Amino acid sequence: MIALLRQLAEALLAIALAPLLAGWVAQCRAWLQNRSAPSLLQPYRTLRKLFHKDAVLAEQASPLFRITPYVVFGTMMLAAAIIPSVTTDVPFARVADAIALVGLFATARVFMALAAMDIGTAFGTLGARREMMVGFLAEPALLMVLFNAFLMYGSTALPTVVHDALAFDTHGLLLRPSLAFAGVAFVMVLLAENGRIPIDNPTTHLELTMIHEAMLLEYSARHLALMEWASWLKLFNYACIGFALFAPWGIALHADTASPLLLALALLVLKLTVAGAVLAVIETVSAKLRVFRAPEFLSMAFLLAVLGILVHLLLRS
Amino acid sequence: MHMPSLATQFLHVLAAGLLLISFAMLAQRRIRRLIVLLAWQGALLSASTLLVAITAHQAHLYYSAALTLALKVIVLPWILMRLMKRLGIAGEVEPLVNVSTLMLVGLALVIFAFGLAQPVSALATTVTRQALGIALAVILLAFLMIIARRKAVTQVIGILALENGLFFAATSATYGMPMVVELGIALDLLVGVFVFGIFFFHIREQFDSLDLHHFESLKEE
Repeated sequence: MIALLRQLAEALLAIALAPLLAGWVAQCRAWLQNRSAPSLLQPYRTLRKLFHKDAVLAEQASPLFRITPYVVFGTMMLAAAIIPSVTTDVPFARVADAIALVGLFATARVFMALAAMDIGTAFGTLGARREMMVGFLAEPALLMVLFNAFLMYGSTALPTVVHDALAFDTHGLLLRPSLAFAGVAFVMVLLAENGRIPIDNPTTHLELTMIHEAMLLEYSARHLALMEWASWLKLFNYACIGFALFAPWGIALHADTASPLLLALALLVLKLTVAGAVLAVIETVSAKLRVFRAPEFLSMAFLLAVLGILVHLLLRS
Repeated sequence: MHMPSLATQFLHVLAAGLLLISFAMLAQRRIRRLIVLLAWQGALLSASTLLVAITAHQAHLYYSAALTLALKVIVLPWILMRLMKRLGIAGEVEPLVNVSTLMLVGLALVIFAFGLAQPVSALATTVTRQALGIALAVILLAFLMIIARRKAVTQVIGILALENGLFFAATSATYGMPMVVELGIALDLLVGVFVFGIFFFHIREQFDSLDLHHFESLKEE
């Protein structure tokens, strides 16, 4: 019972913090680009505004179009419950491994693409096709990154990975070049999957370049709010996967007492702050790639991840 | 899981860095950045040689690390940069087709090299024996780069990267070659780059371009 409460609390924490992370990234970007920054709470205000509006649906919209926001938000919430962000001692994290997690992200993507094509406008279809192209290239790269960690710790479950990584670190310094490869690859996948700048620009509505925004064009009010929230939650989830794989310090292994949990929470906020700032810097210094260059970018990520695995296998003996 | 010593771990990190730079060179379009990458590769090579010298107590490797630093990090990149400026190709971008395929071929080469090096490194007794596979991979990737490029300057950079790989292989398999051989190779490289520089000007005079595709139309008269 307590464990379930903990589980619920972790998922709710992710849902509550995700808009804050998005607001922080937007704020950092504005500072770096010499613009006056929007408030940190702007995403919450956007959500409140959208939830108070009346939804408008296209006449041709099928039920699929209506349920997609709920499905997408639900899968992202479930993913947030599976990823050990604060503690590994939650029931869902033990049930589903990281491969199931990739499957969850894929489910959300398929629903989004179908809903975007549902109305039949040109932009929705365009966005959906581009999203699927990016997705089918990013997914193997993400899996290879995960395999890196699985191979190193001998488990496909994120809690075990975190557990073993923390146990190794107490033994002494252990340099892992393969994890460095995987880390770079993971950042590239994160940028591509969350519609960040080298692949897609989250703030643009320019027809020729948008990917993610093109799929949301037909949504309004509460549906749009859920879709936006889900995309922020996705960024949050990716960041937490990254922390679990590459920077697991502070994640509480036992959640019986309050003090490790509070420490883990404080460290999570700290790590998110740093990660958000780094993301803003990456987005500011890089130029957006043409859509046709996206496969190159993602094949580079795939290559790096596979190289990580190979280097691990070679240097292990 | 047993823990290798800290020096060995650092060596592995440097070896992985060499491999990474090889792939970056394969995908780099700008000649100036290619030269910078070559210098970085030399720097990593020099650092790894120094580390081997310290851990294995091989006095002659200190000299070879210093030689690498002087020649491959400072002199050769400097000469190439000068050549680039003289030839007026400083901002030039080399068109590369199908980088994704090139990367996948490179990946296959790495797997091949690792497989090839496994039995050899099982027999070696040096602290760096596991890095032999990476050295072989660097060599094969440099070959791939020479094959994939069309411009004369980038092919020469490929040859220099190839030599870096060979040097790393020698260090990791047998603690380097005798000093005389190493000095000889260093001199060869230096002279080689000078000769290539003269060739560049001749090629450009003949064809108004450094694209080696024009060579295909050459006929004996």
